[in-house]
Amino acid sequence: MEPIRILRSRTVVMATTNIDTDQIIPARFLTTTTKEGLGAQLFADWRYDASGAPKPDFILNTPAAQGCQVLVAGRNIGCGSSREHAPWALVDFGFRAVISTEIADIFRNNSLKNGLLPVIVDTATHEWLLANPGVEVTLDLESRELGLPDGRKVTFPVEAFARFCLLNGTDELGYLLGQGDAIAAYEARHGKQAAA
Amino acid sequence: MAKTMFEKVWELHEVVPETADTPAVLFIDLHLTHEVTSPQAFTLLREKGLPVRRRDLTFATMDHSTPTTTDQVFGGVPIKLASARGQVEQFERNCADFNVELLGLQDHKRGIVHIIGPEMGLTQPGKTIVCGDSHTSTHGAFGALAFGIGSTEVGHVFATQCLLQRKARTMAVNVEGTLAPGVSAKDVVLAIINEIGVSGGTGHVLEYRGSTIRAMSMEERMTVCNMSIEAGARAGMIAPDETTFAYLQGRERAPQGAAWDAAVAAWRNLATDEGARFDREVHIDATKIRPMVTYGTHPGMSIAIGDTVPVREGDAVYAASLAYMGLQPGQAVTDVPVNVVFVGSCTNGRLSDLEEVASVLRGRKVAPGVHMLIVPGSQQVKREAEARGLHEVFAAAGAEWRESGCSMCLGMNGDTVAKGQYCVSTSNRNFEGRQGVGSRTLLASPLTAAASAVTGRVTDPRSLLA
Repeated sequence: MEPIRILRSRTVVMATTNIDTDQIIPARFLTTTTKEGLGAQLFADWRYDASGAPKPDFILNTPAAQGCQVLVAGRNIGCGSSREHAPWALVDFGFRAVISTEIADIFRNNSLKNGLLPVIVDTATHEWLLANPGVEVTLDLESRELGLPDGRKVTFPVEAFARFCLLNGTDELGYLLGQGDAIAAYEARHGKQAAA
Repeated sequence: MAKTMFEKVWELHEVVPETADTPAVLFIDLHLTHEVTSPQAFTLLREKGLPVRRRDLTFATMDHSTPTTTDQVFGGVPIKLASARGQVEQFERNCADFNVELLGLQDHKRGIVHIIGPEMGLTQPGKTIVCGDSHTSTHGAFGALAFGIGSTEVGHVFATQCLLQRKARTMAVNVEGTLAPGVSAKDVVLAIINEIGVSGGTGHVLEYRGSTIRAMSMEERMTVCNMSIEAGARAGMIAPDETTFAYLQGRERAPQGAAWDAAVAAWRNLATDEGARFDREVHIDATKIRPMVTYGTHPGMSIAIGDTVPVREGDAVYAASLAYMGLQPGQAVTDVPVNVVFVGSCTNGRLSDLEEVASVLRGRKVAPGVHMLIVPGSQQVKREAEARGLHEVFAAAGAEWRESGCSMCLGMNGDTVAKGQYCVSTSNRNFEGRQGVGSRTLLASPLTAAASAVTGRVTDPRSLLA
């Protein structure tokens, strides 16, 4: 995983509330057995018409959205299905952060594991971002600050260990594997060892 | 100190407690896995040269991409949807390579993962249970801490039998009173989601409590816990009681003999202590709940069937949702013409659900022009339903009866609803396109689904019950 320290990007705004993971990537694309290339199917049912042609008025198809790494979404993005294909698709498309007032639990967890920074902001900041699409913002993971164009800094919460992993490009599995002795001790203490 | 059930189960599974800098290492007692969210996790194991640490606590089935027509399941006809066939074959190889127990396509115990866990007695009070599937919350009906995880975490559990977790907050959902006839567990959980909101449970583990919950069967409790995620909560729990023990006793993978007695004694200690504090409490008066139906594009957009679609001026997202559904503010939902009725899913694909459907369909016909699809949650549910002659009731009414699987809940296997069509569905999500591109889902109980199939309109089942 690529470390994240500072992201500087224009924003893409999708103000719709409760954007569920079925919208981010519809179920019919989940028969894949890899993580790669899902960006092509990101928001497929909003993005393409019945013939598969891009809808010109959909935000991700507009020139303004190209190269943007920060998605500002309406309240409660990522609800519904646990499919990790949702952050895989967002990252493959080029996003590195999602900003909203509420982000669903499983999607937030999955995002953190794929170098997609979930950023929760207060309602006033959120409303300003929704009303000003395309502004350049800075996300500083070290200081946990969102920098707005007028110089304002807004602090956002990030779970300490996930932040450490994102800053260093560290894989959580390595840490868990390092707990092998503690896991074996737990199994013995609770009589949960594997049957021979 | 008085503890909630969640806190007790959590503490029993702490390998390493959480600190300010690190999440807890939490031991997982049961890892259920299926073909859709596991391939990338198996790839991770291969890349790192790791085995599945606890094959004895890992259990695999296939349900999402699998066909439901008998010819493709048992008749030797290859799975017609090529991408689904590839995924199923990859899953068979993965389970064989890593020596994971798999109920394959033709296994007589196969079914939707959240139906067969309880059915086989794998799901038990006090366990931590995970699966790469958000409806893992279903298993909380037994007093287990059960929640959905992503594929990366599926890999973590494969490799270490543990997860890194922060302790959730707790919310008590107190449901009191006797349900009116014709009002079912599905109506209760839709009413709860309506009250809490689709993100109200975010960051929380719910505990459903109160006389209404205590009076429910295990199958009804599973319907309630199943949809916890639709309120944003990863997990929902119900304290185990005599109903729980009676359901589990004698099941294949439940403890037997002296081990059973010891297990029940331990399970009796799991319930939330008197005086324990929840971070939040909500109260629902069950006596006021009427049969519910959703009218919008998330599970919180629901009304009692006799009510009209709410009017909300100046809300563009709401207007877009109604436009997708082809509905007007102020419209009676009973006006909606029904094209498809789907009975099944991990929410309502159990025997009691099918019995309720049969109670409405017996001696009646599915309305002309309505396609009714009934998909049992497991092959065992199918056998039990057929032993009771329910398949004959369905056939006589003109409904289609299939092999088990997730089917039209999300249409991954090709069982889909056509663009613009209205489907009254006993499943759990009415998101745009959930049942097929452009499909319009109206979530409801099995009784309401059956009544709507008969009349061809969204129908309060009480109008058809004797």
